[in-house]
Amino acid sequence: MRRAVIEHLALGLLRGMTMMILLATVLLLGSIAVGGARVITWEFLAGEPTEGMTRGGIFPAIFGTICITLLMIVMALPLGVCAAIYMTEYSGNTRTARLIRASVNNLAGVPSIVFGLFGVGFFILFIGRSIDAVRGGGLLFGQPAMLWAAATLAVLVLPVIIVSTAEALTAVPRSHREASFALGATRWQTVSRVVLPQAKAGILTGSILSISRGAGETAPILFTGCAYFLPRLPVVHLPVPLTGLSIPMINPLDQFMELSYHIFIMATQSTDAAVTRPIQYGTTLVLVGLTVLLNLSAIWLRARYRRRPVTR
Amino acid sequence: MAAPVVKSRAGAAGAGARPDTGPAPVKIAFHDMGFSYPGRRALAGVTLEVPEKRVTAIIGPSGCGKSTLIKSINRIAEIGTEVKVEGRVLLDGRDLYAHGTDLVDLRRRVGMVFQKPNPFPKSIYENVAFGPRLHGGDRRADLDGVVERSLRQAALWDEVSDRLNTPALELSGGQQQRLCIARVLAVDPEVILMDEPCSALDPISTARIEELIEQLRERYTVVIVTHNMQQAARVSDRTAFLLNGALVEVGETERIFTTPADRRTEDYITGRFG
Repeated sequence: MRRAVIEHLALGLLRGMTMMILLATVLLLGSIAVGGARVITWEFLAGEPTEGMTRGGIFPAIFGTICITLLMIVMALPLGVCAAIYMTEYSGNTRTARLIRASVNNLAGVPSIVFGLFGVGFFILFIGRSIDAVRGGGLLFGQPAMLWAAATLAVLVLPVIIVSTAEALTAVPRSHREASFALGATRWQTVSRVVLPQAKAGILTGSILSISRGAGETAPILFTGCAYFLPRLPVVHLPVPLTGLSIPMINPLDQFMELSYHIFIMATQSTDAAVTRPIQYGTTLVLVGLTVLLNLSAIWLRARYRRRPVTR
Repeated sequence: MAAPVVKSRAGAAGAGARPDTGPAPVKIAFHDMGFSYPGRRALAGVTLEVPEKRVTAIIGPSGCGKSTLIKSINRIAEIGTEVKVEGRVLLDGRDLYAHGTDLVDLRRRVGMVFQKPNPFPKSIYENVAFGPRLHGGDRRADLDGVVERSLRQAALWDEVSDRLNTPALELSGGQQQRLCIARVLAVDPEVILMDEPCSALDPISTARIEELIEQLRERYTVVIVTHNMQQAARVSDRTAFLLNGALVEVGETERIFTTPADRRTEDYITGRFG
């Protein structure tokens, strides 16, 4: 009898706790959706801030967010996946390997503001200024820019990508590696033909999730490249010789506006935060929407591979 | 139970099935071989000769070093760990552990079938084609021929010829193990190592694998580790008994199972321990 009561209580407690999480999520997203939906118009999405940033749109911030996210992916994904492959498939279980693994795990727990300061010190002041010194001719690399902001974000998501990739790799059964080696495969043949095809879905899913986490970060880009107000897009027009035409390209040495930073300055730096509140809501909704989009693509990928686990 | 568990298959099948029980050239030789993992010695002082185109069974209780012994032949016992090898292991008179041994070539010549069927999560065709593709046989026409020949040799062709592109994991356990044998045959090895190949299979599948081994011995040198003494007696020409990392006795299977020279061998095969 008593056991039945306890069983009931335990179930109630667990269910209640779960409901709390659900409630918090619904309240949070609900208030953002309600507050933001009113603001979102075509002009808001495609326009630029006007009248001292109390009106107008947020297109430069959307553009900037997408640019640094892409740049971050280009930097972090190959590096992280290669490092994880090396750690799990090549380095074995030596003392050094364990040390590297432990430091990567710890790196994942470092607060993001620390990465921001690291970005300033290492990328801008050390690497950037060194390039400028060698190059001569004034400041170009040694100042905040999209390049350095993306690099800082890449360092932030790197350990997360490495850990999730390593997990996906170790989930491939050892017996498949043994079979491959026993057939005379080299290590790389085993990795590329047996391990990676099976781990692909897990690697992609994990990476997208960590990237979507990085895409919403403010602290790492605070000092490394994002601008308070920069209505023009960080784009250069590269002239095509002889044609008189030019190709627009993202300029990684330019500064940029970014959604999460835009929310931050709207809420804290504005002369009248109440006036900009609708813009804050709208910007938040767009940022959350972009992250949700990334997460949905991860879920979709996972479902797709789960449905067809065996491919030729 | 003091009598041998079963009659040797050599005796049961009659002399006609074994026209070549005379001395065969030595394919693999262990000379005073020792093998250690970090902090654990697996084998010590093993001296053993494996004749060419015969089936050699390795028997012994769990943890006696049987698996290490055969995995030392294709050098996969050392994968993912550090090992120490003493003495010598020779394949056709060449030391496998000599400096500069080409492991890719070694493993192509010495194939292995594992305890649990471990086909790749690819199609039946791609499983068999995996080895040839590794070694550069990528021409489709050649590959088709190799796949068919290997599957026929592994007695699986008739069951799968109409669905080569279906996932290998949809096959039954016994079929999967024959597929793994076909995968090994496709790289045209000289030696086939089998590590308890039937331990995860039902009796009917086991019987089919044993028939297959009987056919393989005509072209390949087979070394099979087994827990099952009836199986050793049925399929092998020679049997080696291993205990605590040391070789106790080796000889013609019929003799080992009828008049073992060592008391410990007799105790083991009559089921007194192990």
